[in-house]
Amino acid sequence: MKSAPGFYDYWPYEDRPKLEWPNGARVAFWVAPNIEFYELDPPGNAHRKAWPQPYPAVPGYSIRDYGNRVGHTRQMDVLDRYGVRGSISLSTALCDHHPEIIELCAARDWEFFSHGIYNTRYTYGMSEQQERDMIRDSMESIHKHTGQHCAGYLAPALSHSELTLDLFAEVGSELAGNEAGFYTCDLFHDDQPTPINLRSAKPFVSVPYSLEMNDTIAYVVNKIEPRRYGQMLKDNFDRLYQEGEDSGTVMCIPTHNYQVSCPHRLRAFEEALEYITGHSDVWVTTGREIAQYYIDNHYAQSVADISARQEAS
Amino acid sequence: MALDKEHLNYPKRGYGMDHAHYAWSMLSQRPPITWPNGARLALWINVNLQFFPLDQQGKPFAVPGGMTMPYPDLRHFTLRDYGNRVGIYRFLKAFDQYSIKPTFAFNTELAERLPYLLQRIVERGDEILCHGWNMDSLHYGGMDADEEARLVERSLSRLRELSGQAISGWISPARNESENTPQLLAANGVRYFCDWVNDDMPYPFHTAQGDLVAMPLSNELEDRFVMMNNLHSEQSWLEQVCDACDFLLQEAEQSGGRILALNIHPWMLGQPHRISKLEQALAYISSREGVWSAGATDIIDAWQQQAE
Repeated sequence: MKSAPGFYDYWPYEDRPKLEWPNGARVAFWVAPNIEFYELDPPGNAHRKAWPQPYPAVPGYSIRDYGNRVGHTRQMDVLDRYGVRGSISLSTALCDHHPEIIELCAARDWEFFSHGIYNTRYTYGMSEQQERDMIRDSMESIHKHTGQHCAGYLAPALSHSELTLDLFAEVGSELAGNEAGFYTCDLFHDDQPTPINLRSAKPFVSVPYSLEMNDTIAYVVNKIEPRRYGQMLKDNFDRLYQEGEDSGTVMCIPTHNYQVSCPHRLRAFEEALEYITGHSDVWVTTGREIAQYYIDNHYAQSVADISARQEAS
Repeated sequence: MALDKEHLNYPKRGYGMDHAHYAWSMLSQRPPITWPNGARLALWINVNLQFFPLDQQGKPFAVPGGMTMPYPDLRHFTLRDYGNRVGIYRFLKAFDQYSIKPTFAFNTELAERLPYLLQRIVERGDEILCHGWNMDSLHYGGMDADEEARLVERSLSRLRELSGQAISGWISPARNESENTPQLLAANGVRYFCDWVNDDMPYPFHTAQGDLVAMPLSNELEDRFVMMNNLHSEQSWLEQVCDACDFLLQEAEQSGGRILALNIHPWMLGQPHRISKLEQALAYISSREGVWSAGATDIIDAWQQQAE
């Protein structure tokens, strides 16, 4: 085990080269709906239990199924109203189980990225080959069912190994060169994209995917009231928008439709979206577009600045 | 280091669910339902009347709301008992004031222990559901099948006997089930149950003993969950209920009738500092146009005529 992951170098949030988004936007804003499949009876993993109760874990399983039966289309209506294309963090087995949802997303030109195969299969305990196979299966599923080359990764249930990001980038290169496997949502260290050090030299970027703005962290872990969640989203945006005047920032709202799309919660989310998209100078975009733009326009400059600072210190 | 091969096998990765309990179905793709008299929103309020034994066994887990202190936990026992002595009578007044037609889910042991309360509910003519034997008699994976069969049979038959009602609805204590619970319910004449919180409308749930109706009864909006689990304020619970009401009324305009299902506890909302929030919620909901206050069976009857 390592005492620090080593994916990035220290890069203080002052005096960085100016990050300029398309059309002078201050904030790149994206929404990442997690569209997940949890198994009722997954194989047990010694490192982490899928459910707190013995089989059948009706409470946990059934509320997550609510997202698929009820929630996603509710959120689609809201995102459509404010011109937001979702960037889906996808349990890729859902392509097999619930193709109707995939079709609705594809019809909206949404992005699909990999969130593993099932959210009840953890990376913990996998050999390198097993994790590579799982990642490849998930990326191939996305291509087979949607035609998209999977650009991004969020490990299933945020279960990682030391090699997760390397494997994702490498499998992406094997499948589609630099068209696949070039960004991660797994790291929460910054409000701007950052270059990631991998064992290969592939340009690879961390795109901010805020855990603080994540509805499940807010509602389930931090037990926040719905209207307060809406206010937090607006406050988060206000500051990133203000700072974005000097150098572009990223705001992400990761969602789970068994939480945010409950009847007593969707209004707060919608009000925040209305507020955010009501500002000019906001680039309403997707994870892939942010990562690609950054790699094409700012990656080399950032790497050079980081390395100059490392040498200076 | 590696996991067993089964971790990378996905035998149930195919169309639909990973089990046979119900068909995969998206709410937005179902035909719209119309409620009686053109109502858009059916308001179903279910009151839980619960008995938390002082000598809680906690098998396989301590039920939420149950005893937490060393025996005898008079603190939690009496706080829960408060609901059945005091809080419930505040509820009944509020329901009558706003002409609400609630249902009452009894732990059968409570009906046995408190004949006055049972009689009072029976005389009102409101629908009674069975909420299992008591809050410490959990149904859980791995429990002895015969033991559970006896528990289900005894809970239902005794409540039918005591109440004189047919008792066709069921809520498991803590909404917890074993793999056999649904089929045992079907075998014992239950028509609908409310343990699976995966929908906002009823749907058919298959068992080896015939179909049940799965009734939506939100856990996320429950008074206990919002105020005791999430520690939200009383005012916030009220706002959440009103927001849910508005949202569902609006969705119903495009998509057909919806249900606002509120699961509440007299030991929680029946406290003097909380009862006004229930009253305000009822006042708000009943002031909206197109709301139909109804028991679960009336709602299922209306739904079933159209959906099946």
